[in-house]
Amino acid sequence: MPRGYAGKFLDVDLSRGTVKDTTFDDSILRSYVGGRGLAAKILWDRLGDRWNTVDPVGPDNIFTALTGPMTGIYPGARICCSGKSPQSNGIIGSTCSGEFPSELKCTGYDGVIVSGKASSPVYILVTDDKGEIRDASRIWGKEALEMTKILTKEVRDELKRRTPFAANCEPGFIYCGPAGESRVRTAAVMQKLAHAAGYGGYGAVMGSKNLKAIVAKGTKPMPDVMSPSTVNILREKVEEGIITTRDRMRRWGTGYGGWEVAARSSSEPVRSWQDEWHDERAFGGDKFDAKYWVKRYWSDFNCVTGCLKLAVIKAGPLKGAITDNPDYELQAFLGPNLGVFDPGECIYLAALMDSLGFSGINGPNTLAFVGELYQREILTHDDLGFELEWGDVKAFERLARMIVRREGIGDVLAEGTYRAALKISQMKGVDVTPFAVHVKGVEIGAHGTRSGLDMNPIGYACSVQGGDHTSRVVDAYTDMQSVYQDSAVYCSFCTFDPNLVWEFHRALTGWDVTKEEWYTTLGPRIIHIQRAAELIGGPDITWDPAKDDDNPPRYYEPLPSGPFKGKTTDRAVVQELKREYYKAIGWDEKGIPKTETLQRLGLDDVDRVLRRIRK
Amino acid sequence: MLVPGVEIPHLCAQCSDYPCVASCPTKALSVSERTSAVLVDNEKCISCGKCIEACPGKVPFLHPATKKALICDLCDGDPECVKACQKANFDAIWLVREPQVGFGGLSHKLFARTPEEVTKDVAINLYGEKGEELI
Repeated sequence: MPRGYAGKFLDVDLSRGTVKDTTFDDSILRSYVGGRGLAAKILWDRLGDRWNTVDPVGPDNIFTALTGPMTGIYPGARICCSGKSPQSNGIIGSTCSGEFPSELKCTGYDGVIVSGKASSPVYILVTDDKGEIRDASRIWGKEALEMTKILTKEVRDELKRRTPFAANCEPGFIYCGPAGESRVRTAAVMQKLAHAAGYGGYGAVMGSKNLKAIVAKGTKPMPDVMSPSTVNILREKVEEGIITTRDRMRRWGTGYGGWEVAARSSSEPVRSWQDEWHDERAFGGDKFDAKYWVKRYWSDFNCVTGCLKLAVIKAGPLKGAITDNPDYELQAFLGPNLGVFDPGECIYLAALMDSLGFSGINGPNTLAFVGELYQREILTHDDLGFELEWGDVKAFERLARMIVRREGIGDVLAEGTYRAALKISQMKGVDVTPFAVHVKGVEIGAHGTRSGLDMNPIGYACSVQGGDHTSRVVDAYTDMQSVYQDSAVYCSFCTFDPNLVWEFHRALTGWDVTKEEWYTTLGPRIIHIQRAAELIGGPDITWDPAKDDDNPPRYYEPLPSGPFKGKTTDRAVVQELKREYYKAIGWDEKGIPKTETLQRLGLDDVDRVLRRIRK
Repeated sequence: MLVPGVEIPHLCAQCSDYPCVASCPTKALSVSERTSAVLVDNEKCISCGKCIEACPGKVPFLHPATKKALICDLCDGDPECVKACQKANFDAIWLVREPQVGFGGLSHKLFARTPEEVTKDVAINLYGEKGEELI
């Protein structure tokens, strides 16, 4: 059995109600590692031939929640959720942190693969070497806090009944919120109230399968590693490195960015990306810090960075909201991007997004898109049923709840920004797609390209994860580190020395994987499967690389204010970088992977399917 | 202490654009190359108070005896206040070592606020609605 792995995967078919164990050859695990890589492999093997007909929110899709060998051993454990993405129709690896992945590995499973669709709401309970499907009607439709309370109690009671003298029966779980249940394409897979795997919209995939949650409680030890003493030394090195050099991250997380990224690098979305600069000092991290933070560190198990802070609104009209203090992304999207410049209001909206199970990046992007259409009088009071001015927290809350209930216009907006834009263009007879900020259906993270100080020009355009800001493309190699992080599944904020992880990987698994091999063969292999899935897409939307390997139109409008006023992304530069990237990674000038590249990587089956679109 | 229990240390935030230095009519203030802290040349200081007006947090003050401007010089890179706080294990003040990454480091200027302002926030954080009454 390979080291670092629990050794088997739980394969659940919800249509038939069957649960079985499945394993993969060592050679597959060595190549694809786990998480994003292994998910791409599983999805391609099982769905590749009929990829264009699989509806992401239909029963044919497969939902995977996988760990990797580093999970739970390297600091910062995460779970990687994947499947055919309801946003991009491709494969996206989306991770979130919490105790679930460590618990899962302690049950003896490395991951859960869910196919089919249950006839009524269910959740999957994973205990030592055993998986079972259980009724979830009691928690279906409930918002996060209530759901967490009921589910935790139910599972604890059940586990205590089975083993009366067990020491600890507190489970870890991932779940989808009400947004996921309504198959909202911007719904996240959630964990611990406020942790979300947002990109990709896998909350909708869970919801479409009537799968409310996956719960794990393990009592077995973590898997053996090849060289415990080396792993211990490396682990201490990483932890010490983080503790002694990451003071800023440990003190504030990324929650100091709400003012900073806008004012200093002009790359924070403001009012649906119409601007990327503001100088509202009231929105600085220190204001969140003094008034709302109640806990300096809120770490998940096994994390020494502790970038999470807990925030509570203790007074005023929005009193009572509790969430993890918005990190930079949520500060941006639930702050300036909705015209909100008050930390309290931002925290209130963040708590709402978490409670409803929206992705804090994708969901608010859609809200801001509607805000802009209202500003331009394309959508009016008649369409919405209320006024929607920038900065009106209660109105945006109402809109978010409409989307979750799929009421009126909410039904259109639940399909995500791009699909909603297509529909609204049809309804209104005005082309509103230039206002939709997305790349391949995935709404973009809060890092603009226009000032030139933040995201590089093709960072999103050429990424196989669409608008994902954590998987940015600079040249043919830069993305490979994120592919590794998502595949070995650990937190990028716990990466102290990127070169150290390869030593860690070798000591852990005993495999002689080197950085060179990963960057030239193993990483590209995963990228190419993701690329193929993305190119074939379907059934509702397919992407044309000539048109869609690009930034949204908004990114080519000049910045209207601030120190970088007038500056914008250069189309010629984007085209040039794109050509260079295609050439370097081995794609033809149309952006389709070349046959010889795929053969070199041993992906003949991918080549066979791509032949269909390669004319 | 403006509200019982809410103690706000009033310290120089080390702004990166140095409004105090820019405001000095006699160029008595300069920036240390080694520590980036503000240094006062007592010979040149005319006690005009311009630096105090310029400071967003109103941190500098005039020495009661000499009437010369007093601004935190970070004790030449090893601040005594931090040492005292750490020695006592209060851990309320500590050094945040800052690698030059991202957009050039944290925006210190945001933290240049008067204790009155910060007290309002912290009082609510500590006491909730009761804090509003106490202010």
